[in-house]
Amino acid sequence: MGGTIWESMQQKGYNRREFLQFCTAAAAAAGLAKTGVAQVVSAFEKKEKPAVVWMHFQECTCCSESFIRSSHPIVADALLDVLSLNYTETLMAASGFQAEKSLSDTIANNKGKYIVLVEGAVPTKDEGVYCMVGGKTAEQILQSVAADAAAIVAWGSCASNGCVQAAKPNPTGATPIYKLVNKPVINVPGCPPIADVMMGVVTHLLVLGQIPALDSQGRPKEFYGRRVHDTCYRRPNYDAGLFVEAFDDENARKGYCLYKMGCKGPVTYNACSVTRWNEGTSYPIQSGHGCIGCSEAGFWDNGPFYQHLASFPGFGIESTADTIGTAVGVATLAGVAAHAVVTNIRKRNVIAEVHAEDQKEK
Amino acid sequence: MTMSTQTTRVRDVFKLNGGAPVEYRRVYVWELPVRAYHWINAIALTLLCVTGYMIGHPVRIAYASEAYQQYWFGWVRFLHFASAWVYVFNFLARLYWGFVGNKYAKWTNFFPVTKKQQQEIVDVVKTDVLQVKMHGEISTGHNSLAAFIYFLTFIAFCIQTITGFALYSSMSSSWVPKLFNWVVPLLGGDAGVRFWHHTFLWFFVTFVIVHIYLSFYHDYIEGRGTVSSIIGGWKFDRVRSDEESNKP
Repeated sequence: MGGTIWESMQQKGYNRREFLQFCTAAAAAAGLAKTGVAQVVSAFEKKEKPAVVWMHFQECTCCSESFIRSSHPIVADALLDVLSLNYTETLMAASGFQAEKSLSDTIANNKGKYIVLVEGAVPTKDEGVYCMVGGKTAEQILQSVAADAAAIVAWGSCASNGCVQAAKPNPTGATPIYKLVNKPVINVPGCPPIADVMMGVVTHLLVLGQIPALDSQGRPKEFYGRRVHDTCYRRPNYDAGLFVEAFDDENARKGYCLYKMGCKGPVTYNACSVTRWNEGTSYPIQSGHGCIGCSEAGFWDNGPFYQHLASFPGFGIESTADTIGTAVGVATLAGVAAHAVVTNIRKRNVIAEVHAEDQKEK
Repeated sequence: MTMSTQTTRVRDVFKLNGGAPVEYRRVYVWELPVRAYHWINAIALTLLCVTGYMIGHPVRIAYASEAYQQYWFGWVRFLHFASAWVYVFNFLARLYWGFVGNKYAKWTNFFPVTKKQQQEIVDVVKTDVLQVKMHGEISTGHNSLAAFIYFLTFIAFCIQTITGFALYSSMSSSWVPKLFNWVVPLLGGDAGVRFWHHTFLWFFVTFVIVHIYLSFYHDYIEGRGTVSSIIGGWKFDRVRSDEESNKP
């Protein structure tokens, strides 16, 4: 612990040139221009390495798995190396009391300076018994860790919006982090989030020492400002009206738009179609499958995945707003037709009077 | 209908009017801005419903096999957005006219707060919906029930405008749609906003069916130019015999 990034790199045998290369890569990952490199160099030379604790609550560790597959290995290795990652259940060597001591020491020694990365939602039902670590509930741990944190990052959809734990009927009362703490939380949704996006957010915090610009849902604008649809390479097919009608049809082979197959790209904010996955290899739509909207709040309940419009609540899986709307429309037509017939019978005298008024002048 | 029954009916009418011949007075009800609002709204709403449904369920018109050769879905969406802007400003103009227009256009018509309006709603339900009463009062402008239904459509207008702009904000550089960004997290993301925007389409379909039917119904049953009034602005009021005798 302690020391600057430049100091710890020197200890590990990196030379000045390699350090500058690393600074440039870090600046790029944080979305800075070439002129920002000097800022990064200065920060890495002078600032103390920030202490980081990575908490795991109700989750599947897919965020961690994604993170370690970042496509900028130099940044990934170096960051994991140069951050003081003082506590993370999945990677640390310590266990039991030693692990807990490491956490409490980090908090005590870095008050107001350490960064909290949270993976997973926090169950709040039944006094939080559904997720406990070291005899404490997830919520107790979160509160004690968050109290003196400099910044809190919610990794993935679980921590950002509850994800599958919070899907109806949400038996454990899974709650996203921003609803439980009184501090700004950087939401990095996705199931999992893109590795390079995670890296970008951490780098931003590290380099600039401040929270990146966030949108109305607490997501960094630089990565969640546009929809998967807006930058999708199949977008011209959407505007042309060329759609895949079935996964095994000619149109699917031609790579037309997957909108009619229930692709949620038009309602999903993420950087998939820009950064892509696995070292920029591909992303779901490129592989011929629609986006399931995994970075959007409540995406499990906006299903089915292969239907663009969600099912209407309370009417079964098959009923969309259109099924119900058509039924209402037909019922209305039948209603007005019946009313027209009844009018002609019940109001025949009134109608006759109207016609008779015509006769008065004759 | 035989001649004899018709003559009896004619006599009934004379009786209704105190024996005097029935006279009609021409009333200018819908001023030009109201009529213009109505038809611009009708056209925009029809375009919005049709293009909106097509956006939800794109028809397959593939006359080309490469994307650069056609742009029809883009045009459908353009029409939807363009008519939406027309529709919103047209609605704002109508709101303004609710303050400066004649008494039939006044905003107070749309809120059934007075006893008189509430009684009229009961009366209209009895006379025209349930038809348990043969002759009800006939208002010259909107009847109170119709006006209240229009108030509900105004609310639906607002819901569609707000959800529509919220969906549109991510692809627009204008500040107007950006005003409605806050709706997105409220309804659980774009998918939720889209869901409600789509669902309210059916409110308008239902409204249009009932609205067209009822204008024909009133025209037919009252014979005073309900349908033509929205083209020319004039309706015809029956002059009561006591009014006639009061004339100087």
